[in-house]
Amino acid sequence: MTRFTINGRAVSVDAPGNTPLLWVIRDELRLTGTKFGCGIGLCGVCTVHVGGRATRSCITPLNAVAGAAVTTIEGLDPLGAHPVQKAWAALQVPQCGYCQSGQIMQAVALLKDFPAPSDQDIDAVMAGNLCRCMTYVRIRAAIKQAAAAMASKPT
Amino acid sequence: MIKLSSERRVTAALTRRDFLVGMSGASLAFSFAGTALAAMDPALPGGRLPATDGPVFQPSLWFAIDPSGAVTVNIIRAEMGQHVGTAIARIVADELEADWDKVRIVHVDTDPKWGLMVTGGSWSIWQSWPIYSRAGAAGRIALLEAGAKLLGAPLGGCAARSGAIVSGARKITYGEIVRRANLSRRYSPEELNALPIKPAAERRLVGREVVALDVAAKTNGSAIYGIDASEANMVYGRPKIPPTRNGSVASAVDDSAARNVKGYLRSIVLHDPSDTVPGWVMVIAESYPAAIRAADLVKVTWTPGPGATVSESDIQAHAEALIGKSEGGVLLDTGGGDTAAALKAAHSTLEHTYTTATVLHFQLEPVNALAFEKDGVFEIHTGNQWQSLIMPTLAKALERPETSIIMRTYLIGGGFGRRLNGDYAVPAALAAKALGRPLKMVLTRTDDARFDSVRSPSVQTLRIAFDENRKVTAMEHHAAAGWPTQVMAPAFMPKGLGGASYDPFAIAGADHWYDVGAQKVRAISNDLANSTFRPGWLRSVGPGWTNFAVESFIDEAAHHVKTDPVAFRLQLLDGKGRNAGSAPSAVGGALRQAAVVQRAAQRAGWGSKFPLDTALGLATSFGQERDMPTWVACCARVRVDRSSGVVSVEKLTMVVDAGTVVDPDSARGQIEGSALWGLSMALHEGTQIANGQVVDTNLDTYTPLRISDVPEMDVSFIDSTEPPVGLGEPGTTVVAPAIANAIFNATGARLRHIPITPQAVRNALAPQKT
Repeated sequence: MTRFTINGRAVSVDAPGNTPLLWVIRDELRLTGTKFGCGIGLCGVCTVHVGGRATRSCITPLNAVAGAAVTTIEGLDPLGAHPVQKAWAALQVPQCGYCQSGQIMQAVALLKDFPAPSDQDIDAVMAGNLCRCMTYVRIRAAIKQAAAAMASKPT
Repeated sequence: MIKLSSERRVTAALTRRDFLVGMSGASLAFSFAGTALAAMDPALPGGRLPATDGPVFQPSLWFAIDPSGAVTVNIIRAEMGQHVGTAIARIVADELEADWDKVRIVHVDTDPKWGLMVTGGSWSIWQSWPIYSRAGAAGRIALLEAGAKLLGAPLGGCAARSGAIVSGARKITYGEIVRRANLSRRYSPEELNALPIKPAAERRLVGREVVALDVAAKTNGSAIYGIDASEANMVYGRPKIPPTRNGSVASAVDDSAARNVKGYLRSIVLHDPSDTVPGWVMVIAESYPAAIRAADLVKVTWTPGPGATVSESDIQAHAEALIGKSEGGVLLDTGGGDTAAALKAAHSTLEHTYTTATVLHFQLEPVNALAFEKDGVFEIHTGNQWQSLIMPTLAKALERPETSIIMRTYLIGGGFGRRLNGDYAVPAALAAKALGRPLKMVLTRTDDARFDSVRSPSVQTLRIAFDENRKVTAMEHHAAAGWPTQVMAPAFMPKGLGGASYDPFAIAGADHWYDVGAQKVRAISNDLANSTFRPGWLRSVGPGWTNFAVESFIDEAAHHVKTDPVAFRLQLLDGKGRNAGSAPSAVGGALRQAAVVQRAAQRAGWGSKFPLDTALGLATSFGQERDMPTWVACCARVRVDRSSGVVSVEKLTMVVDAGTVVDPDSARGQIEGSALWGLSMALHEGTQIANGQVVDTNLDTYTPLRISDVPEMDVSFIDSTEPPVGLGEPGTTVVAPAIANAIFNATGARLRHIPITPQAVRNALAPQKT
């Protein structure tokens, strides 16, 4: 049994310790907002927060999150209205949408470290998240819009 | 052409209905009422629809209004990022004069009543516009008549607005009309086809900004894709992919090591009467990670099929040889003329050959499908772009009638044409059948790449002839590549001169709108490509190579006669003869292409001075096919680092004339995304075939465009009230030739192969150093 919290809820999972966290989240805990893309940590669609840090769940073994607090896209905000999510919706960033949970989780982590990110900051942090629909122009704009919203309304 | 025939089939399906405009009880409202999962509303959590009580007004197949006034629009197209349901619903709602806040969309299942179901070719809005706008108009007329009667007002004094019939200060909502009226008007198909649609000035929703109905669910994790499908008692499958796409036979399976994996169940050699996945072995486990691990440990002995030793260079050499033969290939009807004589008589001629590499779809959701039998029906839950193509194959594979199979189409995590070929549904269905238990097959990324139906590599040779006044007198275009339509849907191939069939998706673009005098376009099927891999339809398909060749070559021809490349194009885009254009979709012809060229050049600052090794390059196209032209021009500003060979694209200026733009924000999104796809394929992607397999199978070596490589973008549309055409693909194919032309303008080096690598740039620059 591996115990951790997911979106604030305590869970214990009976799966081999080397099971990738991604499949525990998707198939055991039935939170399907986190996606499977490359399986080697290079596309970013599986990005969740572990202890507040953006983490590629496809290459994170279950036993590495024992005792940790895991947050997925479903737990980012109770109403799905985190400033990053609001900016994503306002600018209609998603096309197919498959990578966007990962993009949003990565962007939220980015804004913790860089509350007013430059283009270079955005490039450096977001380059690990592939968007095959190539919504990059809007991802950049939405990050800046969210940063502005968060700066004017400190939480 | 395929588009016309498919439109005819859609229309035929529509006209088979008798268009009863009448009241129906709830039980008749929707055939899918009992199968909530079949009907996916991407705006609702989990995609599930609420049940409807009371009478429902359904004047045609395409939408229904319930007693609350909610308008549900039935969408036969797959949602894969284009927000297609929203655009189609806007078309209906505009004509219906509906209250947009009460409109919702439903992605339907594969009931035969929907007719041909395909989402590709950039056709969705072009094909839907006449059908859904008239369906909306019919509903409005019926509601007007019934509403006027209920209001006791003369019909001429009533108007339909925002979901209500209004007469002076009085009004009655559509919901109330549905509750109270007894509508019984019937429209014959002829009447429906004759219904006028509103003049452009009366449009209230089309062309206005809107929040797409699928966006919210795609920001909070609630959007449901094929990979998210589940069924009670489900197990997971990961296939062992054979050494060749075709003809492999699995002769032995050794799963002794896999039995140590907790949750491993068994491995099944698939028996496939449809021959879609020869030699496949499905490794099945209680969890997907167990299936991944077990499959790594299962050893299969195969006898490979054709292509096991074939390489990319073999395929390209074969293409060159086919082009070199005077016989073979299919000539398109391009208005005739004796190009051989013109080339012989020419004052000067030019000939060049262009090549493109194999390209992966690399859609981020690996292909997958959930399959199971329930109540005598075999259900396939997956994302799919061409249900009508794979359903007969599934029937053959499962050895049961198509009427006992249903496909539920989920949101698609990247289509780009990969899911036009629904081959991945077959192994999931076969494994579920053999197992007698629901099975969800998911391919790992590497599996997905190896099983991809890639964009074929291509070879093209072009020739042009000039007279002594530098006037173009003839042009030839010979193109050899794998033909996806020949391999997967041969019945859809049109006939060229002499009656032989050709794949329109492997040659469209070569039949351009330039006035070049005598013109010869020769499409050649590369049989070695076709037998080695399964060639795919990949975003734009053939224009991805034909436009690279045409637009690079036109540029080379302009430089050959020492004419500015923009001025040269404008001379040839004279809109005369067969390039004058015609109704319904190509009114204005080549003159509209000239207009986007001029505007792109002007917006990008054509003729301005730029820093050293920096220049503009321009390319243009008519999108996908001549009878549905989307006029596009791209200007790329490029900087070349001579020492490293690295090409940096600083800015892309895109100008598009797509006729009426239904949903402006989504239209911009399609152009942004498709242009960056074009950039990615020009500089960042490309793989090759070695021993019958693609070499690059994951992001460690396959390297699509990332955010840090995105240039400044200027996207604009020509204001137009012409019928809408397509937007999903046309932005893709102009970018590579614009970049190649810019590299030439910056450095004098001409790159005739995509992807353009730094090594190729260094090689092209090398002779200039000496």
